[in-house]
Amino acid sequence: MPFIPHTDADVAEMLDAIGAGNIDELFDEIPPALRAGGLDGIPSGLTEMEVSRLMQGRARADGQPLCFIGAGAYEHHIPAAVWQITTRGEFYSAYTPYQAEASQGTLQVVYEFQSMMTALTGLDVSNASLYDGASALAEAILMAVRANRKSNSKRVLLPRNLHPAYRRTIRGLVGNQGIELVEVPFDSTTGQTPVARFDAAAAGGDFAAAVIAQPNFFGALEDVDAITDWAHARNTLVIGVVNPVALAVLSPPGDWGETGADIACGEGQPLGMPLASGGPYLGFLTCKQGYVRQIPGRIAGKTLDAEGKVGYTLTLQAREQHIRRSKATSNICTNQGLLVTAATIHMAILGAEGLERVAASCHANTRRLGELLCEIPGVEPVFDGPIFHEQALRLPSASTEVLGKLAEQDILGGFDLGGDYPELAPAILICATELRTEEEMLAFRDQLAAILSNA
Amino acid sequence: MLIQEQSRPGRAATAQAPQHMADLSDLPSGLRRRKRAALPEVSELQAVRHYTRLSQKNFSIDTQFYPLGSCTMKYNPRACNSLASLPGFLARHPAAPASHSQGIMACLHELQDILKIVTGMHAVSLAPAAGAQGELAGVMMIRAYHDARGDHERLEILVPDAAHGTNPASAIMAGFEVREIPTGNNGDVDIAALRDAVGPRTAGIMLTNPSTVGVFDRNIQAIAETVHEAGGLLYYDGANLNAILGKVRPGDMGFDVIHMNLHKTFSTPHGGGGPGAGPVGVSKRLEPFLPVPLVVKDGQQYRWQVEPDRPESIGRMTAFGGNMGILLRAYIYARMLGADGMRRVSEYATLNANYLMARLQEAGFTAAYPERRASHEFIITLKPEAKAFGTNAMDFAKRLLDYGFHAPTTYFPLLVPECLLIEPTESEAKEDLDGFVEAMIKTRAEAEQAPETLKQAPHSLPVRRLDDVRAARHLDVAWKADETGEDAA
Amino acid sequence: MSNMPAELKFTKSHEWVNDNGDGTYTVGITDHAQEALGDLVFVELPEVGAKLAAEDGCAVVESVKAASDIYAPIAGEVTAVNDALDGAPETINSDPYGDGWIFKLSAGSGAADGLLDADAYQAVVDDEG
Repeated sequence: MPFIPHTDADVAEMLDAIGAGNIDELFDEIPPALRAGGLDGIPSGLTEMEVSRLMQGRARADGQPLCFIGAGAYEHHIPAAVWQITTRGEFYSAYTPYQAEASQGTLQVVYEFQSMMTALTGLDVSNASLYDGASALAEAILMAVRANRKSNSKRVLLPRNLHPAYRRTIRGLVGNQGIELVEVPFDSTTGQTPVARFDAAAAGGDFAAAVIAQPNFFGALEDVDAITDWAHARNTLVIGVVNPVALAVLSPPGDWGETGADIACGEGQPLGMPLASGGPYLGFLTCKQGYVRQIPGRIAGKTLDAEGKVGYTLTLQAREQHIRRSKATSNICTNQGLLVTAATIHMAILGAEGLERVAASCHANTRRLGELLCEIPGVEPVFDGPIFHEQALRLPSASTEVLGKLAEQDILGGFDLGGDYPELAPAILICATELRTEEEMLAFRDQLAAILSNA
Repeated sequence: MLIQEQSRPGRAATAQAPQHMADLSDLPSGLRRRKRAALPEVSELQAVRHYTRLSQKNFSIDTQFYPLGSCTMKYNPRACNSLASLPGFLARHPAAPASHSQGIMACLHELQDILKIVTGMHAVSLAPAAGAQGELAGVMMIRAYHDARGDHERLEILVPDAAHGTNPASAIMAGFEVREIPTGNNGDVDIAALRDAVGPRTAGIMLTNPSTVGVFDRNIQAIAETVHEAGGLLYYDGANLNAILGKVRPGDMGFDVIHMNLHKTFSTPHGGGGPGAGPVGVSKRLEPFLPVPLVVKDGQQYRWQVEPDRPESIGRMTAFGGNMGILLRAYIYARMLGADGMRRVSEYATLNANYLMARLQEAGFTAAYPERRASHEFIITLKPEAKAFGTNAMDFAKRLLDYGFHAPTTYFPLLVPECLLIEPTESEAKEDLDGFVEAMIKTRAEAEQAPETLKQAPHSLPVRRLDDVRAARHLDVAWKADETGEDAA
Repeated sequence: MSNMPAELKFTKSHEWVNDNGDGTYTVGITDHAQEALGDLVFVELPEVGAKLAAEDGCAVVESVKAASDIYAPIAGEVTAVNDALDGAPETINSDPYGDGWIFKLSAGSGAADGLLDADAYQAVVDDEG
């Protein structure tokens, strides 16, 4: 019996101790009419050998194409040590650290993670992570509406050049709480959302918060200082949606404008998580000290034990659902513990300089790729603003077909922008991380040139 | 010592970053970071040693019996991790085209089907990233269903007082009001109170069955009838699905929507707090509202169904469609179990729970519901011990750690005083259960003879009992670069 | 047995009220409540000037294992809050009826007359037993 250790003798002794004749009797409180248990259609069990064969075939079927897609998930180098340590049974198969004394490993990792995220974002407090970047932004929005005591508004300004999947996720997650998301259009020449656009969208109204994406979905960099100051001048809180690798080289949210963004959040995937089809990743969320009681999710804190020795424990739990129930700051229970472990080890190994080198290489590679592709007649940048590690390129013919043909050559040539931004079509969003080599980029250029010349 | 405290300026694991610092001069200087973030500067070995040592300060399933009620801490087969980490799966970008996704989509499509069958529901979405998100998706669908019918007055969700805290919190996030329903003395929902509570404002009820007190609610059919007759829907919290897998199906009990905790029933790792996965299953009338994406099969080809394909969907729960790596692990586990293996899960989980309850009762402990069968978990109340020896459930829990057992869940559910909620799971051998009983007996003897031993426990762990009041009053949640050392005590 | 001063009025939700005789009323939580909550770690105070209806949730006291809303025992306007609790929530544990007061309300004379007296509150506590 897979994963069940009982011998026949064990079962007999155990039933005897219970005073039952057979295992089925243990289910005798379930109304007989309900005892169906029809499992028709579920195949018979497989051994590890058999399931390995099956899964190896399935994994092979997905291939290992050359990836030039970013769009919120980035293929970076991950040191071998990161997942070898993370998948140690003591991390992998541990529960939430509610019994702090038996969970000092996990708790210290979380405390170190919180310390690293506050350092990266330049803010004071970090939680122990949320599901992913998009749901973290939804929580940040709910938090800002609760926390903003100077505004009674439940309206939030959301730039249209924020990741489209984030915008869709947020709508569902916050929509039932009476929060109104007001979209701010971007400048079609730069791809940025300047203060003037925010000001026009706000139209003098009261807003609880404004969201700034840095870099934005097009990879373009926003004038974060000006937007932050504009928002604060009208008692609107600022939520920065940031890429943690970009933060190695870009001004952290805590430094934006005169007094800094109030909340920062984003996708932690670039910190040691494989692409893995979209998850599990981790959402991070940091904020200024004053909002600590409005923050959703777990937090680890430092304390002392009965003998005065330093230790770590979950703290401020009275905000959370298991205590506060219907009045909790969020329904979230999970933090992405295993991914937090990976991210913490990843950041410890790379350090600030390592991350800066990664960020710089991504930036340089993407610029190089953009130049190479723009050598092809009809391919040109959509925007002229500064970028980090993604760039929107306009193509001379339908992007869906072009990307399909590239995929036939095992090249994932970028994210098709036409679906979410029909006015930009035919256009793609490209990305070349530090992993992409000159040869790979040249191969991409040559394939694209060949496809376009036959179009 | 923190990794940050081991940092030395100029030290680095240089093999892990690009060899050269590429040119950044074209970035506008006003947008550049002025000072490097205070991340650790350590060697690769220092990091490896530090985190390996930290791991050794954890209890885990791989190292200890972990009878944590309501959490289903069963063995996480290693094959699930290895096979979900095959390069084809790990390297796949979430936006990869269908041509490069047939392998994973085949797995997910089959997982949808397996979960449909095992729960008796009409359709399943794998999108929610955890149990609580599954709950949220579930109540959002209930709301969308009533709204679509123009039934806008149904704004109240009923929740039994024994429910997990996530239930009321999720209902609030979906914009509902919460009304609590009391639990009767026998552990079943108080059906008279339920009849009084339902009405034209009832959107639905959220139930866990077997409930959080570890018994199967024998009135489930009457509950379903009462709520349905009032026009409400039934939500099944799948936290305790391990108890009934292959025996009873929530769909057959009359539930309209269910979430499953794959990290419990389908044995994906808890990871020190996550990730989870919380797929939702629905009856036919709720099918249009399922969160996206779903995997469908057209002929021999799999494809995603997203927002434009499903206009009534409540939408997307995360940016990229869910915790795919966890879904793969659950799929591999389900395939290894097969139909027979799934039935055995609930059979042996229930056998282990009832055996442990019988042994503890025999040893003189007080079961909270002695006249009831245990489901896959049960409650011991330590109220008599508290009264006689002045030791509380937390003292017992901490002392059990010294004996090498992870503590059961304490102080949940709140309606049983000084409770231990104990869930052994099917993967523990009889010897481990017997060892736990011995430790409980020894602990009680100590409570009687030397209660201070319990009150000061644990004695043999990396730290003694931690001061959580201090942690909350003197909040220190991040190391700061200018800190000089330890706090003064 | 917890302490219940005879000169105070009480609510079923475990607040106490003192009629200061000058049109203001002082509000806190009872000795029984602080004991049940355990070591307090945080108090969220109402805003001075807030106009409250009776039974409005207006403050929160938090221990490590529970968070409890405090309801306005009577209608009125908040005239003062006990800022000293900000850094020292444990004052409520040590002196619930004195330095551990939480806020003051202005209300008409006799506004608290309808609340429970010490005996009636004792009965509520015994009932919860």
